[in-house]
Amino acid sequence: MSIAFSQQVINGLAALTLLISFALLAQHRMLSVLHWFAAQGILLAITAAVVAYSTGEHELYISAIMTFLLKGLLLPWMLWRAIRKLHVHREVEPLMNNGMTVVIAVGVTLFSFHIIAPIEVLSDLMTRNSMAIAMACVLLSMLMMITRKKAITQVIGFLAVENSLFFAAIGATNGMPLVVEIGIAFDVLIAALIFGLFFFHINNTFDSMEIDTMNASLIHKDDDE
Amino acid sequence: MNFFIATLLTPLLGGILLGLLRNPKRAAKLNILISATTFTFSILLALQVLGQESLTTLNGWFYLDAYNVFLVALTAFVGMTTTIFSKPYMQHELEIGRVNERRMRLYHSMYQLFQFGMLLGFTTNNIGVLWVSLELATLATVLLVSLYRTPASIAAAWKYFILCGMGIALALFGTVLVFFTSSVVLGHSNDALMWTQLFAHASELDPTVMSIAFCFLMVGYGTKVGLVPMHAWLPDAHGEGPTPVSAVLSGLLLNLALYALVRCKMLVDGSTNTDMAGHIMMGFGMVSLLVAAMSLHKQSDIKRMFSFSSIEHMALITFAFGIGTPLAAFAALLHMTVHSLIKSGIFFTVGHAAQVMGTQKMAEIRGLIYHHPGIGWGLLIGTAAIAGFPPFGVFMSEFLLFTATLESYPWLAAPLLLGLLIAMGGLFRFVQPMVYGETAEYAKSVHVNMTPVYIHFGLALLLGLSIPGFLSTWYHQAATLIVGGGA
Repeated sequence: MSIAFSQQVINGLAALTLLISFALLAQHRMLSVLHWFAAQGILLAITAAVVAYSTGEHELYISAIMTFLLKGLLLPWMLWRAIRKLHVHREVEPLMNNGMTVVIAVGVTLFSFHIIAPIEVLSDLMTRNSMAIAMACVLLSMLMMITRKKAITQVIGFLAVENSLFFAAIGATNGMPLVVEIGIAFDVLIAALIFGLFFFHINNTFDSMEIDTMNASLIHKDDDE
Repeated sequence: MNFFIATLLTPLLGGILLGLLRNPKRAAKLNILISATTFTFSILLALQVLGQESLTTLNGWFYLDAYNVFLVALTAFVGMTTTIFSKPYMQHELEIGRVNERRMRLYHSMYQLFQFGMLLGFTTNNIGVLWVSLELATLATVLLVSLYRTPASIAAAWKYFILCGMGIALALFGTVLVFFTSSVVLGHSNDALMWTQLFAHASELDPTVMSIAFCFLMVGYGTKVGLVPMHAWLPDAHGEGPTPVSAVLSGLLLNLALYALVRCKMLVDGSTNTDMAGHIMMGFGMVSLLVAAMSLHKQSDIKRMFSFSSIEHMALITFAFGIGTPLAAFAALLHMTVHSLIKSGIFFTVGHAAQVMGTQKMAEIRGLIYHHPGIGWGLLIGTAAIAGFPPFGVFMSEFLLFTATLESYPWLAAPLLLGLLIAMGGLFRFVQPMVYGETAEYAKSVHVNMTPVYIHFGLALLLGLSIPGFLSTWYHQAATLIVGGGA
């Protein structure tokens, strides 16, 4: 009975994760994007803890704590500080064709379920659902990365992809082995540090956080001659 | 003595040490010393493996077979010669003020960290750790690409970071999918991520999941290999970073990504028993070959031009592995080796040429053979070698690849040849005026060290004339492994 109940909880958490991915896609205020991102991190930690409790995998508790500290607190705090320092916290990012983006997002979600549905062997419906949702989240976060035009929101998209991958690992496989999990967390941390460094370089060099301004410097290289 | 640990720890500790060393001249010397030590250890390691077919140490965490041992030695070797080249090159960059002493420290430290990531990726037995190390090597090179802090280099590094980050995230999803099915067979533990265990149980893995996983792994690692259409980061990163970094990116990092991809293919083949993975690789390879060959003609920057040539050669190797016959796999392995050697040699030469002329624009580089015969000849020989002229190794491997294509997919031989010819035309179209064109008066005299270039070209020549016995045994073993699905 308890296993069935925890499965229900995990399924509920999966649905929430998917919802947050949609929310991230539709936000246009810098700070609300950040809030949703932090919520996603905390939700992940809770999911990891619930899975750890229901399966009795003690390693997962460590993952849960690590996730909470890194993705729920540290990364959002670092991003918040960067936003404050760069004075962009009130900035509003115009989204291109919001309605269209949401339609594409729904399509992406359906596509994910369509891809994962044929996997029938050796797995029950619940993990299959988690896998489909995780895949949808990965693709939605990528959609966020390509629809955004600012360096900071792109990074949040990147980190949301990492979050979704972590969700895939815990939701569908009860977590990757701890060594790999730590390695990935370490990489994400270094990546975040480098991102922080880049924000300032970009801001100093280009006087803006717009991706298009930046890419122009590369395009002009070709036209020089 | 365990050479695994020695090979891996040398660059890691070296990187930390170099991060603390303030004097750039001393750091450059130490950098050479560390890389030479790593290379020595890797040779000892290779000799250890030479006697036996494969070697597993440290409770199965590290694994070497014929396929990766020569890549380890190659990585350590090119890593070493690049440091020799980098010493006078970076010294000059420091003198003309493109970098300062603090960034030199970052450069040396990140260079060794990159080496560590590469060697860890090649030797690890765990596909999760392989992913982590590839990401580590990527992160180290992101900092290296942006070293000059020019607007273009920052934009290039950002593009590299975001695109490869996205690509490699897809590869991680593929890895999770592999674990999803393998944990059912092998239990929820590290065993389910070990190459050795996975290959042994490949036929028990669920083919549907593995097919989906391969699509993600293909796009993910394919981004790092630089396959079209995920190649947009590659010319920018190669063009804007310091030349030693372009050399190791082209000669080494692309190899690691391709290595990962091929291992995954072996696994998927063992599970699905179809040619699905091979056909996908052939498709990506052929399209990349043609696109890269044509894009090559449109370039104006010398390093970007040669980076398109890297895409072209990576495409050839991907295509060859995709064909999946022992002959094609043999050709691919040989091509991987000679491409690393020649392409890094070319980048060394190009770096010197750009310093001498004070520009990377091909239109302004002229008459190298008159005012700097060493560089001029180097560029000419290098281009001939990479374009596939006999008697260099590339001719050998391309000839084998062509034969393999005729054997299995004769109708693809025509586009293959077409791609090769277009690329060759593009290379000579640009290189000929740079070497023989009217002498420019503004050529500077720069301290040039062509020894590493000649060593690289010499080795490529040797591989073209006759492959040493132990190496061909390795290639054969590796080709059998790759075609036979590992176990």
